[in-house]
Amino acid sequence: MSSGSIVSSTCARCRPVKPVSVAAYPRLRAVAFRVAQSIPVVIGVVVISFLLTRTLPGDPAAYFAGAAADEASIAEVRKALGLDKPLIQQFFIYVGDLMQGDLGQSISSGRPVATDLASRLPASLELTLTALILSCGIAIPLGILAATRPGSWVDHLCRVLVTAGVSLPTFFTGIVLIYVFYYLLGIAPSPLGRLDFIYLDPDRVTGFYLIDAALMGDWETWRGAAKQLILPAITLALFTLAPIARMTRAAMLTALSSDFIRTARAAGLSRGTILYGYAFRNALLPVVTTLGMVFSFTLGANVLVEKVFAWPGIGSYAVEALVVSDYAAVQGFVLAMALLFVALNLVIDLLYTAIDPRIGFSSK
Amino acid sequence: MTDTTTRRNFLKMGMAGASVLPFLRAMPAAAQGADTLVVVSGQTINSLDLHRTGTNRASYQVAVNCYDRLVSFGTKEVPGGGLSYDYDTIVPELAESWTVSEDGLTITFKIKPNATFWDGAKVTAEDVKWSFDRAVSVGGFPSVQMKAGGLVRPDQFEAVDAETFVITLDHPSKLAIPDLAVPVPFVINSAVAKANATTDDPWAMEYLHMTPAGSGAFKVLRWTPGEQLVYERNDNWVGGPVPAVKRVVVREVPSPATRRALVERGDVQMSFDIPDKDAAELAEIIDVYSTPIENCIHCLCTNTKFEPFQDADVRKAVAYAVPYEDIFQAAAYGRGAPLWGGEAEITDIAWPRKTQYYTDIDKAKEYMAKSGYPDGFEVPLSISLDLASWMEPAALLIQESLAQIGITAEIEKIPGANWRTAALVEKRLPLHLENFGGWLNTPDYYFFWAYQDGHLFNSSNYRNEEIEDLVNATLHMPMDDPDYAPKIKRMFEIVLEDLPRIPLYQPALNVATNGAEGYEFWFHRQLDVRPLSAG
Repeated sequence: MSSGSIVSSTCARCRPVKPVSVAAYPRLRAVAFRVAQSIPVVIGVVVISFLLTRTLPGDPAAYFAGAAADEASIAEVRKALGLDKPLIQQFFIYVGDLMQGDLGQSISSGRPVATDLASRLPASLELTLTALILSCGIAIPLGILAATRPGSWVDHLCRVLVTAGVSLPTFFTGIVLIYVFYYLLGIAPSPLGRLDFIYLDPDRVTGFYLIDAALMGDWETWRGAAKQLILPAITLALFTLAPIARMTRAAMLTALSSDFIRTARAAGLSRGTILYGYAFRNALLPVVTTLGMVFSFTLGANVLVEKVFAWPGIGSYAVEALVVSDYAAVQGFVLAMALLFVALNLVIDLLYTAIDPRIGFSSK
Repeated sequence: MTDTTTRRNFLKMGMAGASVLPFLRAMPAAAQGADTLVVVSGQTINSLDLHRTGTNRASYQVAVNCYDRLVSFGTKEVPGGGLSYDYDTIVPELAESWTVSEDGLTITFKIKPNATFWDGAKVTAEDVKWSFDRAVSVGGFPSVQMKAGGLVRPDQFEAVDAETFVITLDHPSKLAIPDLAVPVPFVINSAVAKANATTDDPWAMEYLHMTPAGSGAFKVLRWTPGEQLVYERNDNWVGGPVPAVKRVVVREVPSPATRRALVERGDVQMSFDIPDKDAAELAEIIDVYSTPIENCIHCLCTNTKFEPFQDADVRKAVAYAVPYEDIFQAAAYGRGAPLWGGEAEITDIAWPRKTQYYTDIDKAKEYMAKSGYPDGFEVPLSISLDLASWMEPAALLIQESLAQIGITAEIEKIPGANWRTAALVEKRLPLHLENFGGWLNTPDYYFFWAYQDGHLFNSSNYRNEEIEDLVNATLHMPMDDPDYAPKIKRMFEIVLEDLPRIPLYQPALNVATNGAEGYEFWFHRQLDVRPLSAG
């Protein structure tokens, strides 16, 4: 529908830039190349997600016709859902809609999938990002300290935290945190999702409550949203702490024992310069890689945390859609995740070049 | 539209200043005064229109709370404490009075002259007709449910004048009027709906899905799918006593553990549909209502398509092998009602009833010995993963007991999305657990769905000619007909002898309250917020 105009307007905007960019901005060209590379991936995802949802056991028509439906009403529902058409035709209809930016209609929520995703993805992203910032804030310093003082109490603390983080399932940590901080101590707010019912949602700009509330200058709501965020974010942070801390420690150990650090020490550089200027910068590459993996993993896998804290995120949306064979919703979720990961990989690649200029895009 | 309500247009919605107050910025505990109740539930409301394809069970509560029907059921005390709807008493809702013709074919309703929709328009017979036409025309569940009361075609409904509405039945049926009190035939503001209908969508499904237009006790103030629904009282409601609370927030909290913590701390006033285990434990601390669900039985079904189960002695052996008490304690934590160890002689027509069977392994072994399968056999015992909370413990206990009489039962877990197809449509599961419950509370209605050949919940492929005739004869027969009780007793006798379904126990609907009063159980197993008050 309107996508045609969007495409043409963006093209119109980039046309004067293009000749300049190719010549003068190798990084921009590299980004464009990267984006182009991801197109086959996205096409593959579209095809596979379509086929996979169709091979799911279960008949959405029978499900949505309700428990007391007879054959005739199931057939009516099947027709209404367009599931009576041959598979190949269904696929082309789906792709046609997709071209127009239409992800289809979710049967279970009765709303366009794009609307559902737009309301739920920010909730998951806000939670995941907060948890990751929190976990990086703890895990990276801890990893560095553990690496610089192997065998010390910091190292042991790191090991204990990491083991606990890995071995405690998130729903368990979540319930324990609720039990202690909400039920017993009464410090935490009611675990009722993103905002207690006495607040109104902030006006939607980004969908991130903290950002939207701040944009409105509504600090009361901001505080409300932040309070709701603390426990689930800690739960997820505990879970993501382990890989980041382990990777930081290992990468720092490798870096600290390498030749260039010995050279730097011999040259009499200060301890801080050696540690943060040379060792940490080199150790960052694997850490960033891990971070990317942890992020993508967490976003999809925090269903359990979402359930425990009544968080209206994308994970529980996908699971519910899957349970009722809501094809459009499942496909929309897979596609959104695929696009997100493509973007994420791009960001990580860009980060690589920023961290280590030796890794150029020119080499690929 | 409700889902896109932002703070700004929400304020513009024309609410009186005071009613908006509790949602402005932060209003601490004061907001939860006598005016507002917060209910948590694990289910998600996916539509505000029951007639839409894909509307789930949790959404039926919107039809109950926001719309009116012509009639409703009365209220009665439950023996175990608490309140329940009363199937035997029909009370007016939108109708002021009604008369049934001599031949039982014509029902004439007088609509309350002062009944108005939320927008102030008068509720007319034309609105009722449009709504009923919609219910029988849209197909799917609403049309099936209407059919149960003998309502199939739009030409059965006639708006004689603004306040007179006439239903013409093809045959007299005792189910017709009760079927008007179920959530399905709710009355929609047809002027609003028609204004938002299109040629592709003549019944305004798209519009009413998000925006209810009714005359009911509550309006939908806000609806955020997947998060919450906020009801606000309609002060001009004439369908019954105006509700005591101004606002009810139904918040979706999927984790039962979280719901339990919330209601136990008193931050929410009610947790709806809690697990049996929580109900048993919470009952010591706060108010818990566990109402046995009327006309609902958790059964072990022996499929007659499976050869060994064609042997009556095998079915009896299974019935005597089932560890009823253990199942009741392990699967239901003692919530609900036992359905075993009763008298063999049938003296009343109460259903569900206690069967004459009880756990007796020796007796079971005797029956096995004289059956055609003295050495036992192997059979898969199927359960649905969606209902694993009760089916899994029950299946494990049954498996253990069946092993003692030589039947090796392998437990087969079937994903929820497949369960319906496998168990009810294809009816291919040899031995499985089942949980049908009928909305209309008469034994013949249960038998119609669960024991007549080819009907959906007859997952055992049971067919008995006498049952076929008896059900057909009793389904629409008035319950005070002298023939009714003997026929029903005969039906009980046959199926309890033939045992295509072995009743295990009657499940309960559990609701915990902490600061809310007036909870009433309804057959639709959804929350009717109208009688609630803060306590």
